[in-house]
Order: sequence, then structure tokens, then C-alpha cells
Amino acid sequence: MATFFGEVVVAPSRAGVDDEESAEEAREETPEDREIRRELEKKREIDVLWTLKSGASTESSADEPFVCSKFIVAIGHNAAAFLSSFILDSVCWEVVGVAKLWNEWCRTSNTTNVLPTDSFCLFYRLISDPTVLLCQCSCYVAEDQQFQWLEKVFGCMRKEDLQVTILSTCPVADYKTQESTLTLPSPFLKALKTKEFKEEVRCPLLEQPNIVRDLPAA
Amino acid sequence: MFVPCDRGGGSASSDFKGFTLLVPAVSVGNVGQLATDLVISTLNMTKVGYFYTDCLVPMVGNNPYATAEENSMELSINAEVYSLPSKKLVVLQIRSPFIKNKYRPFCQTLLSWVKSCKCARVVLLSSSHAYQRDDEQLLGTPLRYLLTPDLEKAVGGLMQELNWKEMEKVAAYPGINDTEKVLHIPGGGITKLLFTESCSKGIQMAVLLKFCSEGDNIPDAFALVNYLNEWLQLVKSEVNTSSQWKIPSSWRLLFGNGLPPALF
Repeated sequence: MATFFGEVVVAPSRAGVDDEESAEEAREETPEDREIRRELEKKREIDVLWTLKSGASTESSADEPFVCSKFIVAIGHNAAAFLSSFILDSVCWEVVGVAKLWNEWCRTSNTTNVLPTDSFCLFYRLISDPTVLLCQCSCYVAEDQQFQWLEKVFGCMRKEDLQVTILSTCPVADYKTQESTLTLPSPFLKALKTKEFKEEVRCPLLEQPNIVRDLPAA
Repeated sequence: MFVPCDRGGGSASSDFKGFTLLVPAVSVGNVGQLATDLVISTLNMTKVGYFYTDCLVPMVGNNPYATAEENSMELSINAEVYSLPSKKLVVLQIRSPFIKNKYRPFCQTLLSWVKSCKCARVVLLSSSHAYQRDDEQLLGTPLRYLLTPDLEKAVGGLMQELNWKEMEKVAAYPGINDTEKVLHIPGGGITKLLFTESCSKGIQMAVLLKFCSEGDNIPDAFALVNYLNEWLQLVKSEVNTSSQWKIPSSWRLLFGNGLPPALF
């Protein structure tokens, strides 16, 4: 693939494994390499801190899994803003946890008193029914961190009789349809649901070949 | 890693002893994955489980093989297993790329799962960059095969009869020393790793690959799946070789949406 006469650019491959990357792996890892890799992995670790009733913070792993009947997760700025505008208030909801992470795109803020433009991942509980949890995740969780986020957050809750609702947004330009997206009335809602979800879904289901990716998919 | 679906069939639906496992490599043009889609769609295979893994980029959508409203609502994720006991065939479809540094652990886990399931053999569908071919490879068929020593003993003769071409090895140090030859599959993703690991673990594996480039890879997928069919005879060979395969509904709109009328 030539961009101008004389230059040949290596086409990016969908194989996902660059030849340079596999050649790198083939070389023996020195102790320094291992140390660097470990440090990088540590930097990319996600910390989930829950606030107990007493107000003391504790690592998620030490706790017994808590009972949860409904868990609503809002991923991305738009979904998080929706919850802030229409659902959350300081009277009915209290902050019970925070997830801290770093990646090339964002670092979560340290406080729980966040601005809408900050990157954060906070967990709230409904005071009148402490089994209802809510999560606002406006920070970008990178590919290699998504599984970890999932395990650390869901690892703390009992999964029997748990109903999970995930709110997220995607650009209309990414929506695949026979007509052009210019003529589509937007914004519009689509849903995906598991077999086990028996309640009525109040909007159409997402048609093939559209897919969901990143943290909502995980 | 393998999580069986709850279909009331119990463990019977996930007993793959003696089966042939078909796996695509995520490779140039996604040809292996497209060919696998054709196999699953045409043979109307039943989903029997999925892989719960942190090695692949997450994705989810509705049933990509839906044929009607009724069957279009089943969720589908990035690594799923389908089975057709009547042909002793089990298929793993991989739908997203590997997360950086995770392809090795995935290969290890996959091969130990293959051993624990006691699959008879593994067929890996793959592809390689067409622009890396040498002068000889530019002529003749773009399809190649590879067999691990254990499978060579069993089916090597059949490959001769089918007149198939084995993937050539290339010089390890081209221009300097032409005697030492190595296997080189550029753009093949995990193909080479899976193949070399299978050789050393005594797993019967065949690799079927096609030389291609990125672009509209649907014709490449048909070529690869027909190549596979010459050997495994999954469907009856017709004269018009593309009509015997059913294109899944998820292949719609591969190249974008409809055009806005205002453009004209």
C-alpha cells in the first residue's frame, strides 16, 4: 500500500498480533523486562474501595459479598449525566464506593465530590433500600482493565436474584442500518437482554449486525 | 474457561470426545472467522457454550445467525462454542481481537481444553498476507495446508490425493544462509504459535490457510470453506460452489449504511 511514490507503509493487520510483537515475545525476558512489565501491570490495576456503614474504607476483597437486588451501571459521560440529572440526589442516595484506575486516556479523580467533567467511577446505594446499587462510571476503562473491573465489582456482590441494568451511549454514526443515519430521528433507544431477563423491555432490541463493545459489553 | 449453556441436555451436550474441533485464527482479512461463520450458519449448529476469558476484547450483540424474529434475540459474545454431534463437529467462533500480551495465555488454555475434551483433531482456519509471497507462491493456488506430525500419519496420504499444497518454509536468514528453514506465517495471528505448540504437545492439528489481503474478504472465505469441504465433506459439493453455503444475517451492511438521498 503506497501513500506516495517510493514509500511503502505496512498495512495494519486485523490479525491483532504484529510480527514485531511476536518477535519481541520470542526473545527471553530479562529480569529488568519482567520488573518493568510488573510495574506497568500494577499501574493499570483497578482499586475498588467500599465505604462501610461505620464510614471506614476497606478493600473489596476483605468483605463478605453484600446482598444486591438491583444494580444500575451508567457507563460514559452521557449516561452518568442522565443519572445525575434525573435519579441521583443527596437525600435518597449515599456514596458507598469508588473505583480508582489509570490508563492512557484518563485518571479517576481522588475525591467523591466530583464535577460532571471529571473522570470518576462512583457507587451509590439507595438509603431506603440498601440492596439497590448504582454506579456512575464516566472514566474510560481500557480493554485490558475491563475484565478486572468486572471481577472486582461483581466479586463483591451476591449474584442470586440480582438484576443488572446497563446504561450507555454510542454515536449514531456507528449504527448500521439499511437507510442512511442522517434521516434517522435521533437520539433513539435500543436494548440487549439476556434470556433470564423476563420483564418487558420498553424499547426495540438491537438489530444485527450492530454490536456493543468495551465495558458495557464486558 | 469453557462454560456450557444450560440447555437441559446436561453434560451430554458438551461431550466432545472424538470430535473434530474447528477454530479460526484472528488473521488478515478475518478469513478464518468468516469461513467459520459460513460453517455454523449453513449447518445450523447449536450453541453449546462459550469461553469466559479475559484474553479477548469484549463485545456482545444479538444472534448473528438469526433467520427470523423468534431466534434473533439470543445474546452472542466474543468466543462461543457450537456443536453438531451428527458430524462429530464442534466449532469455536472467535469474534474479537486479542488483548495485548494475552494471546499466549489464550493459546495455552485453548490447547489444554482441547486435551481435556479429548477432541480427535483440531482444524485451524487461517490466512496470511498475500504481499509476502515469493515468486513461486504468486503462481498457482493461494491455498495451503499444514499438518502436525501426529495428524500427518493419519491423513497425509489424503492430502496427496487431493493435490493440496503444503505451506512452504522460508529461510531463517534470507540472503545470508538459505539452508536453515523456518515456518513463517505473516498476518496469521496465533496460527504459528498454535501449530508449533500442537506439534510439541502431540495434538493432531491441521492448518488450512489462504493468502489474501484486507478488503472484501467474502470471496476468500468461500474459497477457504470450500477447501475445508474438499477434506471434511461437511456439505454436498455443488457445481456452483458458493450456493451451498448460507450467508449469516450478520453479514449485512459490512461496508456501511445506506446513502443519504440528499447526497444526489
